[in-house]
Amino acid sequence: MKKVTFEIFRYDPDKDNEAYYQTYEVEIRRAGYLMLDALNQIKWEQDPTLTYRRSCREGVCGSDGLNVNGVNMLSCMTKVEDLNSDHIIVQPLPGMNVMRDLVTDVDDFFNKFITVKPYLIRKSPTPDKEFYQSPEDRKLLDGLYECIACGCCSSSCPSYWADAKYLGPNAFLRAWRYLADSRDEGAEERLPILNDQHGVWRCHTIYNCVEACPKELNPTDAIVKIRKMLLDTQF
Amino acid sequence: MSVNVEYHKFDVVVVGAGGAGLNAAQVASQHVKTAVVSEVYPTRSHTISAQGGISASLGNLEEDHWHWHMFDTVKGSDYLADQDACEYMTRRAPEMIIALEHIGLPFSRTPEGKIAQRPFGGHTAEFGKRAVKRACYAADRTGHAMLQNLYEKSVEQGTHFYSEFYALELLENDGHVNGVICYDIQNGGLHVFHAKSIIFATGGNCRIYQTNSNAHINTGDGLALAMRKGMSWSDAEFFQFHPTGIYGAGNLITEGVRGEGGILLNKDGERFMERYAPTIKDLAPRDIVSRSMMKEILEGRGVGPNADHILLKIDHIGADAILEKLPGIHELALVFAGVDCTKEPIPVVPTAHYQNGGIPTNHLTQVIKGDMDGEALVPGFFAAGECASASVHGANRLGTNSLLDLVVFGRTAGEEAAKYAKENNFVELEEDAGKEGKALLEKFANANGTHTFGTVWNELTNIMQKNVGVFRTEELMTEAIEKLDEIEAKMDDFKVVDKSTVYNLDLIEALELNNMILVAKAATKAALERKESRGGHYRDDYPERDDEKYLKHTEVYLEEDGKNPRVTHRPVRMKPLTVETFPPKPRVY
Repeated sequence: MKKVTFEIFRYDPDKDNEAYYQTYEVEIRRAGYLMLDALNQIKWEQDPTLTYRRSCREGVCGSDGLNVNGVNMLSCMTKVEDLNSDHIIVQPLPGMNVMRDLVTDVDDFFNKFITVKPYLIRKSPTPDKEFYQSPEDRKLLDGLYECIACGCCSSSCPSYWADAKYLGPNAFLRAWRYLADSRDEGAEERLPILNDQHGVWRCHTIYNCVEACPKELNPTDAIVKIRKMLLDTQF
Repeated sequence: MSVNVEYHKFDVVVVGAGGAGLNAAQVASQHVKTAVVSEVYPTRSHTISAQGGISASLGNLEEDHWHWHMFDTVKGSDYLADQDACEYMTRRAPEMIIALEHIGLPFSRTPEGKIAQRPFGGHTAEFGKRAVKRACYAADRTGHAMLQNLYEKSVEQGTHFYSEFYALELLENDGHVNGVICYDIQNGGLHVFHAKSIIFATGGNCRIYQTNSNAHINTGDGLALAMRKGMSWSDAEFFQFHPTGIYGAGNLITEGVRGEGGILLNKDGERFMERYAPTIKDLAPRDIVSRSMMKEILEGRGVGPNADHILLKIDHIGADAILEKLPGIHELALVFAGVDCTKEPIPVVPTAHYQNGGIPTNHLTQVIKGDMDGEALVPGFFAAGECASASVHGANRLGTNSLLDLVVFGRTAGEEAAKYAKENNFVELEEDAGKEGKALLEKFANANGTHTFGTVWNELTNIMQKNVGVFRTEELMTEAIEKLDEIEAKMDDFKVVDKSTVYNLDLIEALELNNMILVAKAATKAALERKESRGGHYRDDYPERDDEKYLKHTEVYLEEDGKNPRVTHRPVRMKPLTVETFPPKPRVY
């Protein structure tokens, strides 16, 4: 059975003055063995003190965003064999405070996407039946609503690291998901938030977020569209 | 170990932040001060994984009626569901779908811009005559879209969130449920939430099976907490084995795949469902399809070197249709089966997916005492979603009825709990409130014995998989009970290696395992006592349904010792709210 070395970031504020890396040997037990299988193997068979987040184990809940060999990804969707490496370095998502081991503080991240008012805002009366929305208008939401709030995008963004108040690609993608929705009438309320100095203009269009998104979404494109909407409506 | 306890007071406290919990919370928050405590951040609850759809007789593509939906639900349940609850749920369904659409759920659309609908297992028109398009969907990410929307809505409504809080004990005083004590996973703190109403929306427990479609967190905690306070678990023997779990991994391939034209094939390339359910074939209810697949496998017509799985063929509907209507499935098949489903079939096998029963409630989600002497209410206590049983799923749940259940009963729980909170005063906490929860926490935090989570959980899931699975017998289950007692004994010689107060997952897993063992014992005991075959509960030694003896709910309680399950029964509520009863009939499709 093939063995792979995992070098994992460790830090427990209860006992460690500083972080360190710990090495584990992991057996790759079948084809398609996932990073999450490897972490579970370490936790359940070698070292129960290793801590990380996980929930759905199929790439939709966004709990297990990690930095693996320098790249942000979900542990439950990443096959060890696809990393083409016998030595794998696992770290918490960068740009977020480490709570312990691979677990980061995500409160700030969640609070930021909430500030863009991510819900349908209506001024006109609501019909008794569903809002009618053409398949073409519905298609505009594809690539937007699939966001799983894993944090991989924001945590890969230098602007997010540099500016503690920067809303980040995730919040912008979520904002555009509603701005692009034919049923929504909330642009007036949302645009000033996005036009702030910590808003869309701080993006440097380096596409790190696009590279990092495990769901292959495109926050940069959303940012560009928000900017265009701002230019069209505010200036 | 924390000694200080922080106290919080809310009118309504919801435990669990899945679809039911969040729908309850956003409704209750419109009326009273409401908090949600959840083991994970709300958008990470297991509702997120629901794929194919949510049913409602909108009739957007062809004629449909809630009464037909009610019939399908009752028949699907093998007549074990309570018919008043079935009427309530199916009648309220269209209004609920519209409400979800109004808060932004990105449903797929018909060419005219209405909510699109597709067929699903067991859904028929005119009381069983033909399959009907009843499942509303957002591609194959319906649960994901719904959970995100409900979270956003509840934030807008001002719900207070306590994320990564693990519930240790349900609190009560003089029969009134009045709080819950929780452990803050992030820093080891203890918190007592004092409330007028408590809503349990704690989800399922299929992590007790080795092959399962459930999230890591689905460990039956809410059920265990309720049972330790003298509540029963209704219909504990009924687990749903979803026919199409990905072979080896267990992750789900939605029934929507078969709704879009996917078919199951055995090793001879035969579409075998034609033999078992000639009318609706691959769209038969889940228990029937699962059993048919297992039968094919047991009779040597399984696929692969070990002849131990079945193929789900979908490529014939075309790559474009697959990528538009089932994009998530395409991704899952690639990652977990290594298969491009636009070209090759997906290897599948039945996987433990859903617990049909739960904490018994009436159709207004008020928790009831589930014994034969009537249905006394437990004041201040409400339950909704997979942890609860109103009951609408009985012996077998129809696909798409789980999302509907959690939306309808989640909303009802929010409405009823808020109403209760407005009409009643706080019931004082007992002086030593939370002492059992604290003791449990201390027991495991200080556990320095021999056994660790990995091995014990493995033994537990192994025995459940082999002995209390799709096919069951007296012998298998008696053996399971003996084995489960041995496993339980290991918890007194357990070891939690991690001693940190910060994000101690080792400790949480120990507490979860402790609950899973209780749940597994109760389920096995219930299954052993039901000497008939009904819905998802199939006994090789009693292959027929026996209405004379078993047209009744099982209720499992814990004996006074807090360990051993005791089984009693409760009549099925056969009388609907306004229409006539659907009398039990043989269940053929």
